[in-house]
Amino acid sequence: MSDLQLKSQRFRREREADWRRLETLVTKAETRSAGALSDTEILAMPVLYRSTLSALSVARATSLDQALIGYLESLAARAYFFVYGARSTPQEQLTAFFSRDWPGGVRAMWRETLIAFAITALGAVVAWWLIGSDADWFYAFVDPQLASGRDPTAAAATLREGLYHTEGSDGLSFFATMLFTHNSQVALGAFALGFALGVPTIVLLLMNGAMLGAMLHVFFSKGVGFEFGGWLLIHGVTELFAIILAGAAGLRIGWAVAFPGDRSRLEAISETGRAAGAAMMGVVIMLMLAGLLEGFGRQLITSDVARYAIAAGTAVLWAAYFYAPRPARPAR
Amino acid sequence: MTAIDMTAEARKRQRSLITPEGIDLRLEIASVGQRLGALLIDLLIIVGVIIGFTIAAFVSAGMLGFRTMEMVGVIWLLGLFLLRNGYFLGFEMTARAATPGKRIMGLRVASRDGGRLRFEAIFTRNVMRELELFLPLTLMLAAPATGGIGGWMYLLGLIWCGVFVFLPLFNADKLRAGDLVAGTWVLRTPKQKLLRDMADDGALHQPDFAFTPAQLDAYGVKELQVLEQVLRSGDRPTVRAVADRIAAKIGYERGPARDIDFLHAYYHAVRGRLESRLLMGRRRKDKFDVA
Repeated sequence: MSDLQLKSQRFRREREADWRRLETLVTKAETRSAGALSDTEILAMPVLYRSTLSALSVARATSLDQALIGYLESLAARAYFFVYGARSTPQEQLTAFFSRDWPGGVRAMWRETLIAFAITALGAVVAWWLIGSDADWFYAFVDPQLASGRDPTAAAATLREGLYHTEGSDGLSFFATMLFTHNSQVALGAFALGFALGVPTIVLLLMNGAMLGAMLHVFFSKGVGFEFGGWLLIHGVTELFAIILAGAAGLRIGWAVAFPGDRSRLEAISETGRAAGAAMMGVVIMLMLAGLLEGFGRQLITSDVARYAIAAGTAVLWAAYFYAPRPARPAR
Repeated sequence: MTAIDMTAEARKRQRSLITPEGIDLRLEIASVGQRLGALLIDLLIIVGVIIGFTIAAFVSAGMLGFRTMEMVGVIWLLGLFLLRNGYFLGFEMTARAATPGKRIMGLRVASRDGGRLRFEAIFTRNVMRELELFLPLTLMLAAPATGGIGGWMYLLGLIWCGVFVFLPLFNADKLRAGDLVAGTWVLRTPKQKLLRDMADDGALHQPDFAFTPAQLDAYGVKELQVLEQVLRSGDRPTVRAVADRIAAKIGYERGPARDIDFLHAYYHAVRGRLESRLLMGRRRKDKFDVA
């Protein structure tokens, strides 16, 4: 009997147990998690993977059993992704993100950040100037629902009252959550739209700046500019910075799409995308903090000086975190 | 013949990934249809969860009274935000690197350079869905009421969105905008079971049949693999037709032997012959390949 067996059959019989074992391990890691594997199993995995890989190359060269080759290919690929996949713990990833990836991503796009800032400022200046010449322009820049009465026709007293309106602590957390989810969605959109050569991102930044300029004009022309500054900046430093960073990330992507430089377009896009993506994750965190400051901080703190102090504090913190020089770390 | 057409199609979608050990894994790119299927499954799950979640929010708000309304509202808002932005993110971060929809379709996300799939890459590829999925959906839901300029603007907007939505149709690797930016691609890695070796049955019947070398040289690897599939399917009429064809071609008198036994024995014998030549470095592609 056994002399009738083909070499490829004997080969399969010899090695099959290893493959089955690897299959069980990979399935276990995939359906549950890498943590479900015991230490011996973790150690066995690369050994089994390499033996399966060598079996695959032997089978390709010597066996004509199509099903066997298909099985080994799929098993080797699944094991490959596990063996060479993400091997760091969530903790390590978090540390790397906060200490390196986030500030690094932000620092890398300082040029775009300046451009995004300039675009926002341009929007604000143009809106200010237009409303100065004709107050009706206000309604072109600010959604009436959002303004909720804070428009050029409002009396100074009403405006001032709105800035210190405290409705108690009821409804604050809902308000904060709403602000956070809305702003994050806008920021994520500004980033994603950057792919369309950056044009929609520029439009979004201009609109954001114009809205800011329109509101500033209303309050300053009524003589409550200083109070409005405190009301806006307590969360606005964080929020406006986050939106400018999101715009900058979008612009960077758009720039890589349009002008990849001496890299191939595909390489340029994916390289920029990863760095900008890290910065964007940070933007979402910033907006969450801004939502908290806006929802709670602004409603509970009504002193102008305290508001300005918090605003200045956040500005210094972000600047130090992103741009302060730090010791060079050895190359990984 | 469909089997052979399919392998030609599969070869077109095959990409080589050389492992550090120097072996080509020959990965298969997922087709647009498979990815659309996976996306639809995921969207169905998301919409289902949103509906269930909203009902649960209303019920709990009603039961717990007005005072907890705010808490329920916060949880509801955050839940929706997490679902929209975190569903794909969370599932693709697992060892399987696939959402439930992708799992069902046998797909997974992988880094295009063969390295590890980083969290930023997963984040970036899913943020891009804003542009490719949610923006067009919003646009379609907000159809303009009036014609004129509004209508034209709307049409332009749709075309502009369409460029990004249909991007995967226009490149060989089926990359969508998110894949481009994140440096990822979506591969088909179905779980395959180790099927029986068809030569095992042949070894049992081999002694009952005797083939001359000329009879064994009638076919090449391609025909052998078609025969393997016929044997695996075990479909009676096909087995009979194939047995008749082969017997006629090689001029073999089967006598009273069963069709399936004859095919098993012939498969075993041909494979043995082709494999021994394979060892000598000679791969006979098909029956027309004569050396």
